[in-house]
Amino acid sequence: MNLLYRALLYAGVGLILVYLLFPFYWAIISSLKTPTELFKTPIDYYPPNFRWQNYVEVFQAQPFGRYLLNSAVVAGTTTLLSLLIGSFAAYALGRFQFRGRSVVYYATLAVTMFPQISLLSGMFILLRTLGLYNNLLGLVLAYMVFSLPFTVWLLTSFVRDIPWELEEAAYVDGASPTQTLFRVMLPLMAPGMVTAGLLTFIHAWNEFLFALTFTIDDKARTVPVAIATFSGVSSFELPWHLIMAASVIVTIPLLVLVLIFQQRIVAGLTAGAVKG
Amino acid sequence: MRPTIAKHNSLAARKARTGWLYLMPTILILLLVTVYPLGRTIYLSFFEAGLRFPLKLEFVGLMNYINLFSDPVWWRSVLNTVIFTATSVALETVLGLIIALLVHTNFRGRGLVRTAMLVPWAIPGVVAAQLWRWMLNDVYGVINDLLMKLQLISRPYAWLAEGMLIMVAVVLADVWKTAPFMALILLAGLQAIPKELYEAARVDGATPAQQFWRITLPLLRPVLLVALIFRTLDALRVFDMIYVMAGTQIATISMSIYGRQQLLEFADIGYGSAVSTAIFLIIAIYTAVYIATLKVEVR
Repeated sequence: MNLLYRALLYAGVGLILVYLLFPFYWAIISSLKTPTELFKTPIDYYPPNFRWQNYVEVFQAQPFGRYLLNSAVVAGTTTLLSLLIGSFAAYALGRFQFRGRSVVYYATLAVTMFPQISLLSGMFILLRTLGLYNNLLGLVLAYMVFSLPFTVWLLTSFVRDIPWELEEAAYVDGASPTQTLFRVMLPLMAPGMVTAGLLTFIHAWNEFLFALTFTIDDKARTVPVAIATFSGVSSFELPWHLIMAASVIVTIPLLVLVLIFQQRIVAGLTAGAVKG
Repeated sequence: MRPTIAKHNSLAARKARTGWLYLMPTILILLLVTVYPLGRTIYLSFFEAGLRFPLKLEFVGLMNYINLFSDPVWWRSVLNTVIFTATSVALETVLGLIIALLVHTNFRGRGLVRTAMLVPWAIPGVVAAQLWRWMLNDVYGVINDLLMKLQLISRPYAWLAEGMLIMVAVVLADVWKTAPFMALILLAGLQAIPKELYEAARVDGATPAQQFWRITLPLLRPVLLVALIFRTLDALRVFDMIYVMAGTQIATISMSIYGRQQLLEFADIGYGSAVSTAIFLIIAIYTAVYIATLKVEVR
């Protein structure tokens, strides 16, 4: 009975591992095949030759390096800006008592529910007016829609969990709120900032709808848009080997982050659901 | 006593001032990037306007909304979105629960599975969509090949060409991408259930099935509810997965895809804004209902 139970358990675990990982395995395999090997039956479950050339070709067929740089700049700036602005707001919301505080807190929460599509035409006009259409800074501004409320919300819950005593001591010593924030609170908020930063970065790196709508050419195009709009010689024969190579390239940084910061990411993802 | 009170008051006043000061950048940015665009969208929905700058606006009252209500494609997109949301959220909840329960038991290599769970979550939506589109290719796709080898199907399916099948395909892809997220949240919920309850149940001779229905599920309920609500909100806004896998095809067009199509491809900013406003209202109503439900639950 016990042996049967273990066998069933491991069979189930194996099945789930295959389910979770096989598609990514398939992306890697496909990215290492030649077009001829891709479009043949029966299908090879392992590439006959490893065609690393595909990874070079991705960068030659189009300015993929530029897209990567654009994505990195947009996601990085969005993250840093949200953390900078959000940590002040989180300190105020998590610690200070004043009228109107909870209104601001709930309004910030409500913003996270906004469907992106409902902001599309207004944001389009805003960016045109500010001269930020097809501009990386414009994308950063648009990404504040989700990154800032999320950062504020997550950091506020972290601030609330930090014990009062250290801060109290700083105030007794005559420190101003700003001095207290920088000298006492920010170091204590660091783990929360890492979590919020990671999730914001991943979200911004992966974002598609705004990037598709607010950019028009290579100057500001990000990787997700490039991958979605890949075109081949004819529309019937997409260059799957290149699409898959590009997909692997854009996913690798995320997987590295996930491997290093797994605990922090899971903590951030589950914070809302478990605390309620 | 007096000076202390005065001093205390001044500190409180100072803190209130500092608090607002700290909140100001956040408030200003959010006003600029959410309240203004939303207001602008709602305003534009009462006008007829093309996508040419500077905008030429012509007031048409409720015309855009009347057109919207009589457009069968809009209603199809609402129906598609509801079908997509209901099936994908239901499937990923069941699958997520199974994965969570399995990972919650003790076995070697548990850490590996937990890491693997983050892979589909971390992969960009666009990449997941392209990947599934390739795997579901009718002739060279690995899914057809596998299903044939396992003798589950007798002929290859054209997943991305045949009406109903396209919806099945996008749901499959979405479930793969989001079930692990569901599992992570449910796992956190499972870990919060005190072990003593199970020990006590075992002493009383409860079977594993009884333990699941009487202990696990009721105690998991609050977490399950929150996860369900958030996933539903997300699914109602679906854009990436369907747009990349199936474009603007009628079989799977979602509300968000329809809205963007009107706005940009048909360059009809007034009508597109009416669509956006309608979607906003639908989601706002859903959110209001769920907040009310949660309040009842929490109480």
